[in-house]
Amino acid sequence: MAKVIKDVGCPYCGACCDDVEVTVSDDGKKILEVANVCAIGAEIFKHASREDRVKLPRMRQPDGTYKDVSYTEAIDFTAKMLVKAKKPLIFGFGSTNCEAMSSAAKVAEKAGAVLDNCASICHGSSFLAMFDNGYPSCTLGETKNRADVVVYWGSNPAHAHPRHMSRYAMFPRGFFTGKGVMGRKVITVDPRFTDTARVSDIHLQVKQGHDYELFNAFRMVVRGFEADIPDVVAGIKKEQILEVAEIMKNARFGTIFYGMGLCHSDGRNHNVDEAISLTRDLNETTKWTIMAMRGHYNITGPGAVWSWQFGFPYCLDLTKKNMAHMNPGETSSIDLAMRDEIDAFINIGTDAGAHFPIEAVKHIKKHPMVTIDPNICMASEISDLHIPVGIVGVEVAGIVYRMDNVPIQYRKVIDPPEGVISDEELFERIYQRMCELEA
Amino acid sequence: MAEYLIKNGHVFDPILGIKGEVHNIAIRDGKFVEPSALTSSAKTIDASGKTVMAGGVDIHSHVVGPKVNVGRLFRPEDKLFKSPLRQPKNARMEMGFSVPSTFKTGYDYSRMGYCFVNEAAMPPLHSPHVHEEIRDTPLIDNTAMPVLGNNWFMLEYLKNGEIENNAAYTAWLLHATKGFAIKVVNPGGTEAWGWGLNCVTINDPVPHFNITPAEIIKGLIETNEYLRLPHSIHLHGNNIGNPGNYTDTIDTLKLAEGYSPNCDFGRDQVIHNTHLQFHSYGGDSWLNFESKAKEIMEYVNRQKNLTFDLGVVTLDETTTMTADGPFEHHLQSLNHLKWANVDVELETAAGIVPYVYGKDVKVCNIQWAIGLELALFCNDPMRSHITTDHPNAGPFIRYPRIIKWLMSKASRDELLHSFKWSEKVIGATNIESIDREMSLYEIAMMTRAGTAKALGLSHMYGSFTEGLAGNVAIYDLDPENMPSDPEMIEKAFGRAAYTLKDGVIVVKDGDIVGDTPKSTIWVNVKVPENKQVARDVSEKFLRYYSVNKDNYSLFEEHLHNPKVIEVDITA
Amino acid sequence: MDTVTVTLVNKPELIIEAYNITPDAFAGKSLEEIGNLECHEGNHKTALKEFFTITGKAGATAESTKIIVKGDCTRVKRIGQKMSAGEIVIEGNADMYTGGWMLGGKLHVTGNVDAFCGIQMEGGEFIIDGNADNHLGSSYRGDWRGMRGGLIRVGGNAGSDVGTFMIGGTIIIEGNAGIHIATHAEGGTIIVKGNAMSRVGGQMVKGDVYIFGTIDVMMPGFRYIGDVEKEVDGKSATFAHYIGDLGERHPTRKGEVIYGNLYQKI
Repeated sequence: MAKVIKDVGCPYCGACCDDVEVTVSDDGKKILEVANVCAIGAEIFKHASREDRVKLPRMRQPDGTYKDVSYTEAIDFTAKMLVKAKKPLIFGFGSTNCEAMSSAAKVAEKAGAVLDNCASICHGSSFLAMFDNGYPSCTLGETKNRADVVVYWGSNPAHAHPRHMSRYAMFPRGFFTGKGVMGRKVITVDPRFTDTARVSDIHLQVKQGHDYELFNAFRMVVRGFEADIPDVVAGIKKEQILEVAEIMKNARFGTIFYGMGLCHSDGRNHNVDEAISLTRDLNETTKWTIMAMRGHYNITGPGAVWSWQFGFPYCLDLTKKNMAHMNPGETSSIDLAMRDEIDAFINIGTDAGAHFPIEAVKHIKKHPMVTIDPNICMASEISDLHIPVGIVGVEVAGIVYRMDNVPIQYRKVIDPPEGVISDEELFERIYQRMCELEA
Repeated sequence: MAEYLIKNGHVFDPILGIKGEVHNIAIRDGKFVEPSALTSSAKTIDASGKTVMAGGVDIHSHVVGPKVNVGRLFRPEDKLFKSPLRQPKNARMEMGFSVPSTFKTGYDYSRMGYCFVNEAAMPPLHSPHVHEEIRDTPLIDNTAMPVLGNNWFMLEYLKNGEIENNAAYTAWLLHATKGFAIKVVNPGGTEAWGWGLNCVTINDPVPHFNITPAEIIKGLIETNEYLRLPHSIHLHGNNIGNPGNYTDTIDTLKLAEGYSPNCDFGRDQVIHNTHLQFHSYGGDSWLNFESKAKEIMEYVNRQKNLTFDLGVVTLDETTTMTADGPFEHHLQSLNHLKWANVDVELETAAGIVPYVYGKDVKVCNIQWAIGLELALFCNDPMRSHITTDHPNAGPFIRYPRIIKWLMSKASRDELLHSFKWSEKVIGATNIESIDREMSLYEIAMMTRAGTAKALGLSHMYGSFTEGLAGNVAIYDLDPENMPSDPEMIEKAFGRAAYTLKDGVIVVKDGDIVGDTPKSTIWVNVKVPENKQVARDVSEKFLRYYSVNKDNYSLFEEHLHNPKVIEVDITA
Repeated sequence: MDTVTVTLVNKPELIIEAYNITPDAFAGKSLEEIGNLECHEGNHKTALKEFFTITGKAGATAESTKIIVKGDCTRVKRIGQKMSAGEIVIEGNADMYTGGWMLGGKLHVTGNVDAFCGIQMEGGEFIIDGNADNHLGSSYRGDWRGMRGGLIRVGGNAGSDVGTFMIGGTIIIEGNAGIHIATHAEGGTIIVKGNAMSRVGGQMVKGDVYIFGTIDVMMPGFRYIGDVEKEVDGKSATFAHYIGDLGERHPTRKGEVIYGNLYQKI
């Protein structure tokens, strides 16, 4: 009799849908069907049941091929690498649970390593803006229950967070929003006419790289300086700026959901910073909130865990061992790699091979490199050691943090392949081995 | 497990009425026992010439959870060149000043001789986060209070006067979040903040919900006593932090008249008014801002069913954080610093703003005086508890400094007269004319015996009574030969000679030397089956929450070293 | 004034954090003691003598101590960090945080410096003959109290984010500057003799910015109010005077709103 497991969290994006229903086989080993999940999420669940999963760590041989080794050997290699290195970098964590992030932090502290997560190449600029200007935000249910105006700025949930619009922001009917989408104005600001723009009420086709000036113009309207606005700002006509500003000012409750369009165009953190300033201004007269569209399902997690353990969300330089130092631009993974400042690398729960600039990868490759990932990926194929682990959210349970910092308790639906351990157990064993080596 | 005999110390235990007499304290299996119950393997700690108290119990401190963590996350400058650079073996790195890392929090409390801290505000939706941080906060037992004063279930039940339903829901919530007590923050005002509004008096109606803060407070007192909870409602009232708010505070406290506690845990109060300092302001602007501590205490001293904690401003650069969303918004409009806000669906909100309490800012100096005056005007220190509303009025590591100020008029006067505007501060406060110097016995009331009693935890903490947790603080202070320099008082309370937690030495000479598991304490109330409430819960999760009901309740594996207090109201 | 010469002879595998190369740390110490001052290469805690030879003599106080740094210090961070007095001359390049949190004295780099140099400076004089990378005279992450005082002069170009959260002091750039000048500033003066790119004075509350060359994209929030004659860094010129950022909050003094000033040479 196939079994249906309900209330399952989806290990794909930062929207963290927790209403997935997974049908598993009689023996509880295979996933047969998934429901309430987007196309991308469905693939992650189905992937777990593939026959060609890596089931043992693989060590690079002198001839360049991989050879299966035991977990004990893999853990010994990794622990020795960390003990020897002067400045190892442990990077990734977008796709694992908070328990693993906590264990990895213990390892990094002991090793005197740099500990960083995917925010470094994603929403890190959001953190910089929060440091400088704060973060007037809310949980997604607030937007669902109260918002009559929603702005997607430099984000495209139709592709990146497929259920975001239906679950939280555009379509749902909430306590004070009984009319659902009929009672909401949706504004998309994007240089491209995206699929999100297509379903919005208004699309502002901002000139790429000039969001900062456009926010500035909106802020001028809020402060009563509309007369000083030039006829066109960032490719948007003044009349349209005034029209949208009026909608924002008259909103009962609004949320700005922003994405990579702000974080990865010129000025980066400053774009987010000024978006926060606009949100603050609007709160003088009504209620507005702002939220980063965090990418992976638990990329918010390391920012939470490491903030309570060390006080910083990412780019933690723990090399002094008695204090943590953080300064993105210096202690951020790409900058360290580009400057050749690190001498060992662990890629965990991400794919640095795919996402880092090639120059950075070339520097990293001069030194020992370990990839910890359930799957074969570009990073695993250029590493000295690949250690497979269970897939969090499918084979391993644990806490993850949604894009709005709400913790979601993920369930396990099937067992990992026989012998395959979790990220958390792996880091605990690396820690134990380091203690033995240092004793 | 090691047995200990703590010999020849001057013991202060307000529960047992021991006022500094020399006594021996015995611990076996992690609990206090009669010295005769020790075996020959017991080790001896010589406490002669030292002050011995039960482990400290903090009734109100923001140490774990989402807004505390935003405070850490968004203030890197709170860490810059501020690390203590400690590197003890087998202990974790310690980071942060006003909002310390979880590890530093645990270690610093332990260094001060504390063994228990009540987390002041847990947004129920975020309970897994709170419990994750509790796991990483070493050496101190924790409870956490779910925030309830703006919860939609509660607003609707109380609007209709349905105390039984509200109680059934509250019991469900305590169970779901593994919570301890009912926390109320700006009742109604925080819900109004969902629209950028506020409720500044107890009679301002809550938008859309047709109820007033006064009705919420009375309804929650009735709910609390119906449930027979160990602790009373824990109240942060309306109109915090504004000149002239003391009348709103007295109006709020008067709501307790006619109610008496109904539980088996020994408390006498039905309202614990937290950080009373922030609610004791006179004047009608910052220009004529003044202390109304005397007026507040004249009322509180007469009412036996009230307790409070101080919330003393320590004149530091710190980070304010509260579920009072509109207040934090107001604060950022005053100081223009960075502002974080987290509105939590159906439940609560939170705001976080850095704040610099300047040593030469008149208003800050007056706030400092008010916090101390409340303690000095109080007739019964069992009902008056030392806090800084950490980190709002200052970091908790300043408790030893507050103790110094309370015990030494000279130290108060020295600081008072060093203020740039000291004459104006003296004119707006009472502190210069107060001669009272509190005793070690009274300090023990304000930091362990009284707090444990008010929390309803005097069966676990706050005394050397046989059977209680073997938590001990030994301070390097000789009551028979008190130092003439008040700084020595601060030093002694800041670095305990010994701290024992559950009978394990965890601090020696102010340094962390040991480790022992800590506990999470929560309250499980058995209530009559209530199908109406069960339906309401399912309905609200289906329609309004953004998470599923079965993912909301804390999973057992995310609760760490639990100790449950069972209450059965069906019997 | 006594002089200590510090010469980098052993290159690090990674980078060196030489936070103790300051007159304050050297003052009153023997050469051996100076050689034993702590530094870090990653998690490898070591002493200056592992990398540097040290000659000369330190003065009794920071004021009477001059340090000459020789060798290629392109990968040596934090020279002159928190220095309060005395003098340092770096003959060549230096890495990040050179002159960071500087309180006083004189620091001269004959080559280029990397990012975060002179951040949160409070006093003294910091001269860079070559170029400076991003975040020159800026604030540390999250701190609203950026550069408070002193002078930074760059002979060449500067990167982006010059003087973020600046509240006092002066930064003079003889060449060009990148994007974001005086963002969030609440005081201080920034003078760019060359060209600026965009976002000059964004979110600026108070302070003065002078641009002698071009500005690629003017912030919408700046209003032209007239031409003024000004003497800047010893030279007189006519400038178009703008006030802003109109989108940002501004304090009032005696009933009058105080804006940031942006002057562009005509």
